[in-house]
Amino acid sequence: MNLREIFGRVNSFFHKPERDRELDAEMQAHLEIAIEENVRQGMSEQEARRQALIRFGGVDRAKEEQRASRGLPWLDVLLQDLRYTLRTLKRDPMFSVIAVLILALGIGANIAVFSVVNAILLRPLPFHDPERLVWIAPADANGLSASTYSADAYEDLLAMNKSYEDVTGYFAFSTSDNGKLTGHGEPKPITGISVAQNFFPTLGVTPELGRSFTKEESIKGGPAVVLLSHAFWMRQFGGDRGMIGKPITLNGGPVTVVGVLPETFDFGAVFSPGTKVDLFVPVVMDEIRPWGNTLALIGRLKPGVSVAQAQAEAGVLFPKFYWSKKFPESVGSYTARPYELKQYVSGKLRRSLIVLWCAVGMILLIVCVNLSNLMLARAAARSKEFALRSALGAGRGRLVRQLLTESMVLAGMGAVLGLVLAFGITSYLAHQGSLALPLLSSVRVDGAALVWTLGISVGAAVLFGLLPGLRMSGSNLQEALKDSGPGVSDGRNHERLRSALVISEVALACVLLVGAGLLLRSFMRVLDVDLGFQPSTASAIKVNYDDGGKADKRDAILQEMIRRVSAIPGVEVAGVSDNLPLERNRGWGGPRAKGKTYKDNEVPGAFVYIVSPGYVKAMGMRLRGRDFGWQDDMKGESTVILNEKAANFVAPGEDIVGKTVTIGKNEVKVIGVVADVHETNVEGTAGEQMYLPTMRDEWGPDGAELVVRSKLPPEQLAGSVMRTLREMNPNQAAVEFRPIQGIVDRAVSPRRFFVLLVGAFAGLGLLLASLGIYGVISYSVTRRTQEIGIRMALGASAGRVQAGVIVKTLQLAAVGIIVGVLASMLVANMIASLLFGTAPTDPITFLVMVVVLAGVAALAGYIPARRASRINPMVALRNN
Amino acid sequence: MTQTKLDLLQGTLDLMVLQTLASMGSLHGYGIARRIEQVSGDEVLLNQGTIYASLVRLQQRKWISAEWGTSDNNRKAKYYSITKEGRGQLAKDAAYWRRLTSVMGRVLSASAEEEM
Repeated sequence: MNLREIFGRVNSFFHKPERDRELDAEMQAHLEIAIEENVRQGMSEQEARRQALIRFGGVDRAKEEQRASRGLPWLDVLLQDLRYTLRTLKRDPMFSVIAVLILALGIGANIAVFSVVNAILLRPLPFHDPERLVWIAPADANGLSASTYSADAYEDLLAMNKSYEDVTGYFAFSTSDNGKLTGHGEPKPITGISVAQNFFPTLGVTPELGRSFTKEESIKGGPAVVLLSHAFWMRQFGGDRGMIGKPITLNGGPVTVVGVLPETFDFGAVFSPGTKVDLFVPVVMDEIRPWGNTLALIGRLKPGVSVAQAQAEAGVLFPKFYWSKKFPESVGSYTARPYELKQYVSGKLRRSLIVLWCAVGMILLIVCVNLSNLMLARAAARSKEFALRSALGAGRGRLVRQLLTESMVLAGMGAVLGLVLAFGITSYLAHQGSLALPLLSSVRVDGAALVWTLGISVGAAVLFGLLPGLRMSGSNLQEALKDSGPGVSDGRNHERLRSALVISEVALACVLLVGAGLLLRSFMRVLDVDLGFQPSTASAIKVNYDDGGKADKRDAILQEMIRRVSAIPGVEVAGVSDNLPLERNRGWGGPRAKGKTYKDNEVPGAFVYIVSPGYVKAMGMRLRGRDFGWQDDMKGESTVILNEKAANFVAPGEDIVGKTVTIGKNEVKVIGVVADVHETNVEGTAGEQMYLPTMRDEWGPDGAELVVRSKLPPEQLAGSVMRTLREMNPNQAAVEFRPIQGIVDRAVSPRRFFVLLVGAFAGLGLLLASLGIYGVISYSVTRRTQEIGIRMALGASAGRVQAGVIVKTLQLAAVGIIVGVLASMLVANMIASLLFGTAPTDPITFLVMVVVLAGVAALAGYIPARRASRINPMVALRNN
Repeated sequence: MTQTKLDLLQGTLDLMVLQTLASMGSLHGYGIARRIEQVSGDEVLLNQGTIYASLVRLQQRKWISAEWGTSDNNRKAKYYSITKEGRGQLAKDAAYWRRLTSVMGRVLSASAEEEM
């Protein structure tokens, strides 16, 4: 077929009536000329016409042939099928609406989950050549503190490595709202991160405006500069391109804006899920050098260098690094095992996401089974229509095609609606800033998701359309007539097929329910975890104060602040800490028993909290011994509160309160022991912790979070607390007064997210399965109306009929549940690593879910059973 | 009776139409059909109506053109005539057919000799 002919055919396709009229006229002329000629040859008028028609052959057939060779016959058939489909669907609006809604739910959920999986797992990180980026951390790193390195180690790595094109890092212990922007209305809290000077070039991120940092800017005393995130630039400066080169006032000093990062770069989404970062400043290595391990490292491998090679090199190189070159004995404390950055960012979620993906795939499967079932039910009602079409010459292929067209149309409409649904879900998710999932802000329905939609829609349509199609077109005329004839209870084959479908539906729903049940139980266990503090009724606010770097001035400020805040009506107790659990953490060398010598690396690191009197109580921690008092300052002796774990390490099996331990080079008296606090995560175990007083010079707090315990709701308290803080310091930034519960919620938010989704899918699966059961039982009751009528006429009671139907329902459900429970056991083992404090064989979960499923099945069977028991034998028999 | 007539091979009708128009000039559908019947000595099994599928195909390929006109006895009919491109195509197809028939003839007569 050449181009010209294709054009001709398309053209003819769109000018059908015209072409048909012309053809009619032409054939008319043909016949008339032929008749005339025949008459001329001496035939009678009648014979002439007869002969002309014989010679012409079938007029309609000739027209068909002509149409087929001028237009697009397959499209004609398709359109015919489509028209027919729309007509049939319109005739049965209930079925159509239900089918499209079910499909929309199934397909929409699948698109949404695919979009999440795609954003977090499948899509490469939004950097240049992201597969060459590696996260450099010890093999057993737990928490950031354990996976950071000192400035000296970083510089040695830069100088000595042969694997990396470049190595960069960022200051890992920044917290939200750690800075303050003034000069633009009331002081605004901002979140800034210090990054190594080469951070953006190494990742391959080019500023949208301006430039990245220069070497001079990362040297002590160099020009103070800042790069803005796109979102912050838009929010704070309205996207003003003139900001480049202008100074802004940050923490009281002028800083020049040198660039704006592109919109696609979201630091929080990649490195610190659930937080947003407003601006970036260069790390000045000489400043952080004395602070120890503060840098999280990222390397870009040279082309052709494998991760394994980098790991081998790290094994040799890292033990040569110094914690600080001032202390020659600090060599040898480092190890590292670099691995793909992508793995660091989303590796932990891999399993959860795959489970989620499978769960939603199962939903689609249930949807297909359900649709198949609905189509079969309809097929039974339409068997005469099909028998008729078949008798009129429609081939088996044509009938299957017709049914497939129907399922494609349904799936197509479902997909469109599903896309709308998925679009809603994804844009909702993308704006869930508090959900601690990486890359969530980049979740959207993209091209890949559209391809996926097309794939699953067509797949689903074939899956649920083919079976009824084959089944219907396969039955011969006689069988069709017999099957739908009166007096026969039901088409046995037909019903068996539908029962099998329902059983598989119940089994799938059972697997989903058990899986969701196990995850839900795990989640409840997580919520029940003893965190070591009481998150409810406590709130925290980041406070600013200016102590000029002097401990006595700081004491006075903090003491006054805590006194004033505690005096606010409703406040029970208040205290200050520089770190909060489940947020930023910091590790130092842990406490040692006084006078005892330890081997290298024997003393574990401890998490450090520099706190004021009142903090322990404000957090609701359980304390043995006494809390700090304001007298524990430079005039008194140095004191510390340890957690159980640290106390047990220093003095196993003894009461340590009142004894002296060594921390670094200082001798410190233990005045109390607190229960272990979950400092890094809710689900893991706690490490060693030590609480040191803000009043001592040897520690020195880094920032301050004021924790307030009160029965008043935080929103009610926020105003008066802020007023009090502003009275003391007019420059107090307008930061949020955060419930501590919110911090815990954020820490468990990924698990909550998964439980919520899997739970929703299980609920949906249950609903669909019950719909399936209802459909089959209800249909069989309708079919057996006469039979039931006869039975009742012969003396069967209504109760007996009803019981019969329910028993039948439960039989179906029971088979499904047995299959489902067996499958669930397999699945539960596969998700065992996602469970928390719950065995994959948890009998209670299994039992509850089985009971729920059986209950719902019984309910679904009860409605038709009731209808069956209301059958009036007289009416049923008369209607025969 | 039908068995004594020749069934048309796929594509042969198109060629016949082209040839007819090439030798006869402008003709209407009935005229083309009659001409083919006559030339073939009524040996071709042709439902005259079939010719219209062929005509529309050739027309869309721009090998023939069509125009409404009036017949000798003042009847409106659609007249077809071959285009320049159609003549080219005819020459190509005719050459192909001649080669094919001569090869077929040789093959068939060769095997006939062997049989003897």
